[in-house]
Amino acid sequence: MTRQGASDAARGVRPSWPIARKLTLFLAAIVALLALVSWGMVTSFAREAAGRTQDNILAASATSIAETLRSEGGQVRLELPYAAFSMLGAISEDRVFYRVAAGDDVLTGYADLEGPDVTPGEPSFGTLPYRDMNVRAVSVMRVILADGEAVPITVTLAQTRGGVRGIAAGLSRQAAYLSVAVFLLAVGMSAFAVRSSLRPLNTMAQHVSTRGPSDLRPLRRRGPPELMPLVRALNRLMDRLGGSIKRSEDFIAEAAHRVRTPLAIVRTQAEIALHSVEEEAQKQTLRRVIRAVDDSSRSASQLLDHAMVSFRADDLARERVDLPALAEGVADALRPTAEMKDIDIALAISPAEVEGDAILIQNALRNVLDNAIKYSPAETIVRVSVGNGGGEARIAVSDEGPGFGEEPAAHLMERFKRGDKVEGVVGSGLGLTIAEEALSAHGGRLELGRNVEGGGACVSLILPAA
Amino acid sequence: MRVLDLARRVIAAAALMTISGLACAQEFEIEDRRTYPGTGSATLRVISTADLDVIEPFLLRFQAANPEVGVDYVVASSSELNRAIRGGAEFDLALSSAMDLQFTLANDGFAQSYRSGVTDALPDWARWRDQLFAFTAEPAVIVINEARFSGLPLPRTRAELVTMLRDNPDRFAGSVGTYDLRVSGLGYLFATQEARSSDAYWRLTEVMGRLNARLYCCSSQMIDDVASGDLALAYNVLGSYAEQRLDEDAGLAILPLEDFANVMLRTALIPVTAIEVDAAATMLDALLREGMGQGTAEPVLPPLQTRGEADQLPFGPIRLGPALMVYLDRLNRESFLEAWNAAMVQQ
Repeated sequence: MTRQGASDAARGVRPSWPIARKLTLFLAAIVALLALVSWGMVTSFAREAAGRTQDNILAASATSIAETLRSEGGQVRLELPYAAFSMLGAISEDRVFYRVAAGDDVLTGYADLEGPDVTPGEPSFGTLPYRDMNVRAVSVMRVILADGEAVPITVTLAQTRGGVRGIAAGLSRQAAYLSVAVFLLAVGMSAFAVRSSLRPLNTMAQHVSTRGPSDLRPLRRRGPPELMPLVRALNRLMDRLGGSIKRSEDFIAEAAHRVRTPLAIVRTQAEIALHSVEEEAQKQTLRRVIRAVDDSSRSASQLLDHAMVSFRADDLARERVDLPALAEGVADALRPTAEMKDIDIALAISPAEVEGDAILIQNALRNVLDNAIKYSPAETIVRVSVGNGGGEARIAVSDEGPGFGEEPAAHLMERFKRGDKVEGVVGSGLGLTIAEEALSAHGGRLELGRNVEGGGACVSLILPAA
Repeated sequence: MRVLDLARRVIAAAALMTISGLACAQEFEIEDRRTYPGTGSATLRVISTADLDVIEPFLLRFQAANPEVGVDYVVASSSELNRAIRGGAEFDLALSSAMDLQFTLANDGFAQSYRSGVTDALPDWARWRDQLFAFTAEPAVIVINEARFSGLPLPRTRAELVTMLRDNPDRFAGSVGTYDLRVSGLGYLFATQEARSSDAYWRLTEVMGRLNARLYCCSSQMIDDVASGDLALAYNVLGSYAEQRLDEDAGLAILPLEDFANVMLRTALIPVTAIEVDAAATMLDALLREGMGQGTAEPVLPPLQTRGEADQLPFGPIRLGPALMVYLDRLNRESFLEAWNAAMVQQ
């Protein structure tokens, strides 16, 4: 993570907040708000419901007391029904107060209890202070005929609110637990949802980053439509990049080609001059000219080869290639060069066949063999062996030269890089790069090693067998 | 011993002892008083309906565990206790057998809340609002003199009892005793609860009235008279008192009835006027531990567990709740006593 961040910073990319975290936090905030709102609503509903329950019980109780009111011999009588009071104690342990009065004349109960104003028929409710606390009170009025006179009797019943508060608090606590649970679940789910929606983006990034360095094919992955503009922009960018690379390679090939012809003319003229001059000093100069022209010409051909390999690798031919014949052809072509240094090319051939572009493989082998000849001392042998084994075809080229030294092998295959034991030998550093590119286009590889017999280098071209 | 107890009670009643030092607003009658000095300065003032000879072993155990607390124990009737607490008398703990009066004390704000591990362990039915705590469960029973029943099959229900009393007027005339509801708060509580659950009560009252039933203020006097043979049967006697007498007096028996039994809960509360609240809490916890059968010694009064036995009968303990206020209502009391008078005191 920190290494990633460091490398991003090194590239001048300062990452802003990750989308996943931002989205998750945003969703969590929304869910928290909703949970809080729903908790508040449940709490107020619970309070309301518990309050109404108490009101209903109070009203039922007061009504049942009022029902027992009767007139007996001109006297108002009543009997408090047992049920009226036992129902008040059924759901909570609240204190109970009551008062039955005819006008200001208290018949029974707590004389100082003043209920809410009431009219006959409807019970009326009120929350009012009584003694040292608040009580919920209900008043019911009933008119009794006593001695031919209508006497309005008020029954007032009051109860403390501890039970209501307890029930509401209990429900509110449960709602709180539920809200927290819903919140956690929703946050977990939104984190998951965010992650899975961002997965196409990550897979696309991975897909792009694991591509080979020269793979500039357009992205063909299916993805959510929101990502399509990015994909199209990326594809256009790669298209332009590919075009620009191709133009520069074309330019290099064109330049190399144009340089080669005049170089050939210069070489021919120099050779003619070499034969016509007598003076040793002049001959020496001309030989140096010829050698410099040769090197330039070789570099130009390698640049051409490189361009050719890049071009052909993009659209690889798939034909059967007979490796022994190919190796013989390449060896024959280079034999004149080798003979100039009295170097013998020894071939050890057994049958091997691969599938691919013969010209590319030929090119690769020629560059490797050319390198071997170039770095070999005079009067030595360069051995070329062709073989087949383990599902792989292998052409090994070993020489008796100085070898590769201690540098990592991969390093040598970079463009324009040369080993540390090549003092005095002219080279472009492109040979191994070309060979490697040609082989990897076929799914093969180049192996650099040590020649076990002669102490020089051993380069193996490995291709999947057909 | 019983005679002595009775004599003391009579003297107490005659002397009309008043404690003016304790009662600020209102004077009230006490029946007995004993002080147990402690090693510290704190004195716990307890007002209770439980007789000293019943409760004393508990008080001594309490003092052994808390030697620094002195105890001033005052015995009063339940209505006097109620009057004392309402009048603002300074007591630290009030123990009463009158559930209804204790309930109204708590309901009207004369008790303070108290919670501890012990009160939390109480079953829900044995406490109200953390202010009123039950520490005994005592059934109302019928005590009989076995000799007076010789040759008769013992009744198993109230209906059978009514039939038997009605069919043998010669044998039972003037020999049946029960509470005088006009005087005894506990008798009134038992009667109203019984009238509420069975109409057999009124028939029984009528029969007892016809037999010229004798009316008493207190359980112990009824038991005395049954033991001496003056009474053949005492109805609605406090079971805890009767049990203690069974061993002492031969011929005394409890008549088990199958239809139902009223179970009274003896309750404790800490009045708002309490000063030694910590000491009161300590004693309350000790009482409740004994009530739950967790005490160190044999409890002095029947513990709450007896409720389990009562549960198997069709009628459980009287519930602590606002319904207890119903029969205390002036009008209800008047009409109930009127009906009772009409049935009991017919002639």
